[in-house]
Amino acid sequence: MTEVSKGHAGEPHVHRGEGCGCLAADLAKAEEILAELSPVDSGDLIPLLQRLQDAYGYLPADVLAEVSERTGIPLSRMYGVITFYTQFSTTPRGRHTIRCCTGTACHVRGAKDVAEALLHEVDVEVGGTTADGRFTFENVACLGTCFLAPVVMVDDEYFGQLTPAKARAIVKNYS
Amino acid sequence: MKENTEKGNTVLVNIDGREVAATVGSSLLDAALAAGIHIPHICHDPRLTPTGACRLCLVEIEGERGFQTSCTRTVAQGMKVRTQTEGVRASRKNTLELLLSEHCVDCLTCDKDGDCLLQDYSYEYQADKARFPNVAPAAGEPNYTTESFALEYDPSKCVRCQKCVRYCQEVQMAEAITMANRGGSIEVSTGIGISLNESSCELCGGCVNVCPTSALYDKQAKGLGRSKDLKKVRTTCTYCGVGCQMDFNVNPKTNRIVRVTSEVGCIPNNGSLCVKGKYAFDFVHSPERLTTPLIKENGEFREATWDEALALVGKRMTEIRDQHGPDAIAFLSSSRCTNEENYLMQKLARTAGRTNNIDQCATTCHGPSVAGLGESLGSGAMTNAIVEIEDVQTLFLIGANPTEAHPIVGLAMKKALRKGAKLVVCDPRDTWMAKRADIHIKHKPGTDNMLINAMMGYIIEKNLHDPKFVEERCENYPAFLENLKGYTIEKAAEECGVPAHLIREAAEMYAKGTPSSIFYTLGITEHSCGTNNVRNLANLAMLTGQIGKRSSGINPLRGQNNVQGACDMGAMHMALSGYQKVTDPAVRAKFEAAWGVTLPTNVGGRVTDFMEHAGEGKLKAFYCFGEDPIRSEPNSTKLAEDMAKIDFLVSQEIFMTETAKLADVILPATCFAEKDGTFANTERRIQRVRKAVDAPGQARPDWQIISQVATAMGYPMSYNDPGEIYDEMAALSPNFAGINYERIDKVGIQWPCPTKEHPGTPFLHAGRFTRGLGLFQAIPHTPPVEVPDAEYPMILSTGRTLFNYNIANMTRKTAAIEHKQPENFVEVHRDDAAAIGIKNGDMVKVETRRGSLVVKAHVARKVRPGMIWMAFHHEESNTNLLTNDAFDTTTRTGEYKACSARISKP
Repeated sequence: MTEVSKGHAGEPHVHRGEGCGCLAADLAKAEEILAELSPVDSGDLIPLLQRLQDAYGYLPADVLAEVSERTGIPLSRMYGVITFYTQFSTTPRGRHTIRCCTGTACHVRGAKDVAEALLHEVDVEVGGTTADGRFTFENVACLGTCFLAPVVMVDDEYFGQLTPAKARAIVKNYS
Repeated sequence: MKENTEKGNTVLVNIDGREVAATVGSSLLDAALAAGIHIPHICHDPRLTPTGACRLCLVEIEGERGFQTSCTRTVAQGMKVRTQTEGVRASRKNTLELLLSEHCVDCLTCDKDGDCLLQDYSYEYQADKARFPNVAPAAGEPNYTTESFALEYDPSKCVRCQKCVRYCQEVQMAEAITMANRGGSIEVSTGIGISLNESSCELCGGCVNVCPTSALYDKQAKGLGRSKDLKKVRTTCTYCGVGCQMDFNVNPKTNRIVRVTSEVGCIPNNGSLCVKGKYAFDFVHSPERLTTPLIKENGEFREATWDEALALVGKRMTEIRDQHGPDAIAFLSSSRCTNEENYLMQKLARTAGRTNNIDQCATTCHGPSVAGLGESLGSGAMTNAIVEIEDVQTLFLIGANPTEAHPIVGLAMKKALRKGAKLVVCDPRDTWMAKRADIHIKHKPGTDNMLINAMMGYIIEKNLHDPKFVEERCENYPAFLENLKGYTIEKAAEECGVPAHLIREAAEMYAKGTPSSIFYTLGITEHSCGTNNVRNLANLAMLTGQIGKRSSGINPLRGQNNVQGACDMGAMHMALSGYQKVTDPAVRAKFEAAWGVTLPTNVGGRVTDFMEHAGEGKLKAFYCFGEDPIRSEPNSTKLAEDMAKIDFLVSQEIFMTETAKLADVILPATCFAEKDGTFANTERRIQRVRKAVDAPGQARPDWQIISQVATAMGYPMSYNDPGEIYDEMAALSPNFAGINYERIDKVGIQWPCPTKEHPGTPFLHAGRFTRGLGLFQAIPHTPPVEVPDAEYPMILSTGRTLFNYNIANMTRKTAAIEHKQPENFVEVHRDDAAAIGIKNGDMVKVETRRGSLVVKAHVARKVRPGMIWMAFHHEESNTNLLTNDAFDTTTRTGEYKACSARISKP
C-alpha cells in the first residue's frame, strides 16, 4: 500500500493499487488488450504478455502489477514466465532489435567482424540499447540459416552473407 | 481428487523383497516411507504435488526400462520395486555430486548443520563435492530478502528443489515467490524481484520450514545455534484458537528460543504455521518483560519481594471482601493462560473470594456463541473438527476472515477449495476468501439477521429445507416460521445493500451443498444483537439439517488460544468447570465437598458489568489476570476513568500494560513458553503446553501465583504441578473426565471425553443435540445501537489482521512484523476518499462520538462505500478510543463491529 516501492536493487517502481497515482496515461493500451482477450485466465498468460510487449515495447512493472490485479494472475507467476523466455523484457528496448548470429557457420565466415562493425556503427554494447532508443543489440547462438552465414536479423528480417560494410549500410535504413 | 472414491482400498507392492500394503492412489515413495523403507528425497513433501525434480528417489521397477522417480509413480498391484540396486545408488551419488557442484558447501558455519537433507544424503552416499567444479552462484548479492527481517535467501545454498515456491503457491496460496530465469541462473524470486515485504508474502515462513538446506533461513536465528545443538520442545501456539502444534528449537546453553518449526503430519496444522506461530516469539526474551513484583506507593511503582506483594494482595482483597461483600470484588481470568490456571482462577474467586464475579475475555468475543449455541443446541462450541474442513462441499463464511484471524483453518479451507468446494462469503469487506468466493454478499455491517431470515424464508419457499430433520430433531418450529414472514428477499436486499439474486443463490448453494458448514467469528458476535445472530445461524443449520455430521455443522472459530478452555474451566459467573451450572444443587454439593467451602450465592457478572460497577463506585477490588481491558474493551477513555475508581487493583502480567499501570500491585507472571499445562483449541481439542525456557527474573508460573494468592487470602491452596490441577478438575467435570496428560502426550483429544476409554468427539450433535431437541427461535432484525446520521454518516467496524494479534504487545516485539505493519490505518472506499479529497497513504482523521484518531488511509474498494475499517493493534493509536460501549443484550459483548463515524482531512 505504499506509494513508492523500495525494490532491492533500484528496481523500477511497482504500482501498489488504487490511488497510487503512478500509472502512465497509456495504461489504456493494457486495458484494450485485456478487453480483447477477456475473460483472461492463467492459460492466456503467454499471448497476453506478447501483446503487452508488442504494445509497450517491453513489459513495464507497473503495467504488469495492474494486469495482475485485474486478472488475478499472480505477479510472481508472470515473472517466472517472463524470465524464462528471452522474448520478454522488463526493461525498455530499442525500437529495433539487431540479432547477430554467433553460431559455428557464421563464426567461421566472419560473424565477429560483422558484430564489431555493427556495435561500433550504432554505439552500443552487447545486450544493451542505444542511447537514442533506436536499437537493442543481442548475440544469439544460432538463427538456423547457416546457408546465409554470416547472418544478422533486424526485427523480423534476415540479412545474409554480410560483410562489415554491408552490415553498416543496412542499419542506416532504420530510424 | 477422484481417487477418493477408492479410498480405503489397498494394493500389494513388493519393495526390496517385502510385501507392502499401500493405499490405492498413493505414491510409491509414500508407500515405501510409510513401511519404513528409506528412499532419499529432497523435493518431496506430502502436502505438495510431486514433481520428481530432485531425481534422488529413483528406483527400479521390474519390467520397466531405466529408473523411475518413486514420488511421481502411483502404486499398482503386484509392482516389484528395488530401491537399493547398484545402478540406483550410483545414480543417486552422481546426482548428489551434481547438486554439490551448485551448492556452497559451508557446513562449518551453517545453522542447518545436523538437519540438512543434502548433508545427510551426501554422507550416506559418500558424495564427492570436488568431483565437478563448483558453480554455485555468489552469496551476498542483494535479492528479494535483503530488506526482510524475517528470512534470507542464499542462492549459493539453493538446490532448486522448488519446495519453497510450491508451498507458497499450493498450500499457502500466497503466490509471493517463483523460480526466475532458467538453466544455471535459475533462482527463487518474487515477481519483478520486489522486496519480500512489498510482495504478497504473508510471512508464514513455510518456505523456510520446507527448505532442505539452508538456502532459506530465519534471519534472526543466524548464529544462535546449529540444528544439531538445539532441543525441540513440542507445545501449543499461544495466539489464535486453532491450537497449532509447534516445536520450539531451544538452545539449552543460552536458554533461548532460536527458531520455531512444526512437524508435517501433526494435528491440527500438519506442519504449517502462520506469521505469528512462526515468528512472533521475540516477546519471550524481551527486555520489557516484568521480572519482579511491583507495589505502587505514592503513585510510583517500587520493586517488592514476593512475600510482601502476596501479603498485601491477601490483606486488601479479604478486607474489601469482608467490608463490602462479594459483589465489591471481581476476578478477570485470562483466556491466554492454561486450563489449569483458569480452573484455579475461578476456584480462587469462588473459595477465597467468595464471589461469582469471575469472567474472562469470552465476553469480549465469543460470549454470544457460548450463550446462543448453548441455548439452541446445548453446547456452545465449534461442532466439527478442523481436519473435517477439507471435505466440506459448501463453505458458508459469515463475519469470518480465517486467512487472517485463523490462518491455519484458512489453509484447511484453501485445501477444500482446491478439492472443489463451493464458497459463500458474507462479509462487508473483500477478504482473501471473499475475493475467491462463488458468491460474495458484501452486506452492510449489522444486517446479518435480515440476511439470514431472508435466506431461510427462501429455503423454505423452494423446499430446500429438511422437514424430517426439523420434525424429528428440533422444537419450536412454528414460532420460528411465523417470524420469517416479514423478511422477504427484496426487503433484505434493500436493507443489506446487496443484489437480491445473490441472496437467493447463497441460500440455494448452502442448502443444497452437502455437506455444508457454517463458519463465523466476531463479525457475528460483536454486535448488540450478537447472541441473536448466533441463534439465527443455529436456525439456519437446523432448518437444512446441515449439522450433526462429519464436515457439517456450525463453527465459531474461537479467537484466543484458550478462550474455549477458559469457558470450559468455569471462568464464568454462571458455570463451574464443564459448563456445570452454579445454581444446580447437585453440582454445588459436589464442588462444595471437593473444595471444602460453601459456594457463593451472588449472581456475579461479566467483565463489562465489572467495569460499569467500577464506574458507579460499587466495585472496590479487581484482580486482573493476563488481560488489558483498557486496550481491549470499547470506549477506552471511559473505561480508564471507571477503572481508576477501583480502590485496589491487582494485575498479574508479563508486560506493563495500560491496565497494569493503574494497578496497586503487579505480579510478574510467566508466558506459555515457560510453563506446563494445557490449552483447549477452537475444535475442543485439549493439547499440551510445555515449558521450553526458564522464566525471566523472579517471574512465577501463574498457577503458583494464584495458589499463593488464595493462601494469602485465607484459603490454603497448594499443587506440585499443573497435572495435579488438571486431574482435580477432570474428576469434577464429566466432559473432561477421560482426559489426562498421558493420553494427550502425542495428540490432543476433543471433548466431550467422559471416560479413559473414550476416544473423544470429533463432531457434536450426531443423532441427538446435546440439549435433546434443537431449539428454533424467532429472531428479529435489530439495527446497531448507533446508526449513521447526518453528523456521523459512516459505519466504523474493527477487527484484527494477519500480522498482529489483538492489542499486539506480544507480536509487535518481532521486528519482521513491525516492519510489515508499523502503524495503525483505516480502510476507506475510494469514493468516500475522493469525496474528502484524500488518496491512498494520506493521513485522515477518524472521529466518533467517543474520540478521534489521525491514521493513514488505505484507499481501495476493499470496504463498502460508507464504511470504514480499522484494526486495534497499535498502542500509540488506540482504536478502542473510538468504538462504542454498547453491548449485546444477553452477554454484554461490546458492539465493535458497527458504530457511527466520520472522516475528514486532518
